[in-house]
Amino acid sequence: MPKDGEFYQRDRGRHPPALTPDYKTSVARSPRYPLISLQSSVSEITGPVFGHGDVDPLDRDMIYNYARPGESAIGERIILHGRVLDENARPVPHTLVEAWQANAGGRYRHKKDTYLAPIDPNFGGCGRTLTDEHGYYFFRTVKPGAYPWRNTVNNWRPAHIHLSIFGTGFAQRLITQCYFEGDPLIARCPIVQTIPDPDAIDSLVAVLDMNATIPLDTIAYRFDIVLRGRRSTLFENRLEGN
Amino acid sequence: MAQKLDYLRETPSQTAGPYVHIGLAPGAAGFSIYAQELGHDIAGPNARGERIRIEGVVIDGTGSPVKDVLIEAWQANADGYYAHPEGGGPVEEGFRGWGRVICDFETGEWGFDTVKPGPTPGRNIGPQAPHISLWIVSRGINIGLNTRLYFEDESAANAADPVLNLIEWERRRATLLARRSERDGQGVYRFDIRLQGDDETVFFDV
Ligand SMILES: [Fe+3]
Repeated sequence: MPKDGEFYQRDRGRHPPALTPDYKTSVARSPRYPLISLQSSVSEITGPVFGHGDVDPLDRDMIYNYARPGESAIGERIILHGRVLDENARPVPHTLVEAWQANAGGRYRHKKDTYLAPIDPNFGGCGRTLTDEHGYYFFRTVKPGAYPWRNTVNNWRPAHIHLSIFGTGFAQRLITQCYFEGDPLIARCPIVQTIPDPDAIDSLVAVLDMNATIPLDTIAYRFDIVLRGRRSTLFENRLEGN
Repeated sequence: MAQKLDYLRETPSQTAGPYVHIGLAPGAAGFSIYAQELGHDIAGPNARGERIRIEGVVIDGTGSPVKDVLIEAWQANADGYYAHPEGGGPVEEGFRGWGRVICDFETGEWGFDTVKPGPTPGRNIGPQAPHISLWIVSRGINIGLNTRLYFEDESAANAADPVLNLIEWERRRATLLARRSERDGQGVYRFDIRLQGDDETVFFDV
């Protein structure tokens, strides 16, 4: 049985570059020197391990995890679900997935958000869960609203949910955003369009999943996530120290 | 036509945005929701080794502090073991070696308490000097930035470190060295991160 070796090199052409002038904030926050490429050492192959003591089952339910007793968040009730896989198509079990989003009106519960849409008193806007043994995860939430942001004076973010995923090694650490099928704002968003590859953009768009809806209750969207995969060490390449 | 490879392709990154705290550190966003937030205690109560504090600020290309940055830290314990099945050996009860660090929204200053890590195995030649891996996200950062913090008072180990020695421009290696001082008898290391400019911090494609 081959052992797992280092991570496959990250395909940087699939990710946004650091400097993307149409997303103005990136201009002063993007390194100018090239990145120094490292082969994986133990520092990159390992990463934090989380367990059921770290999260509560209610944490994944954003309709109720901040709501007053007997009340619930306002908005279109949705399930967001899918699998976390690696590039070898193997499930990533027991890994931490965290989500955050605006409420149905497009307003964040954050002291720095001053958009005029109202705060929903029953909606915190964050959730977290561990994938199961098959890499499967799900959240229940409300569909977030689009919101305006200061880039040009008329930029609007498409409805999106921010996602943070760990994997098994610190080199897999990823934050991304999930969009919703059919939203005309996706093509107009300077943050989405920091990604140069249209196929890569499509991979951030959740698809309506009628088979996973709960009839007369909650509609569902499917969103699979792919983390970096690891080489098989068919021949020893001296990963572990001398 | 040849056969097709069936590898999947990594999900692309998107910026963490200005409200990253809601998801990863809701207390900093201004509300309490979880029984416990993750990443506040890196070393835990039982970790051996020297207790240290690390402080710094992230500075953008205009010389201004980045006031909405979030940093994650990943490190070995004093024995050089990571809290992971492939981490090399056992760690103390309660040692996770991972932390989440939020900066002050007014000044951009951040800091965290931990233990000084030990040397860890290198890939090929010799051990890696004690270091802490850092991952930096914020609004305007399209894909998280990976860097490493080394300790200036480990000069012999640093001189032999395989990663520092990979940096062709020797002047730039100094951007990864945290500067030591003492405060109330405790070692405090200063590590400012510069996103651009002559002293741009070295970032890695890991
Ligand atoms: Fe957002």
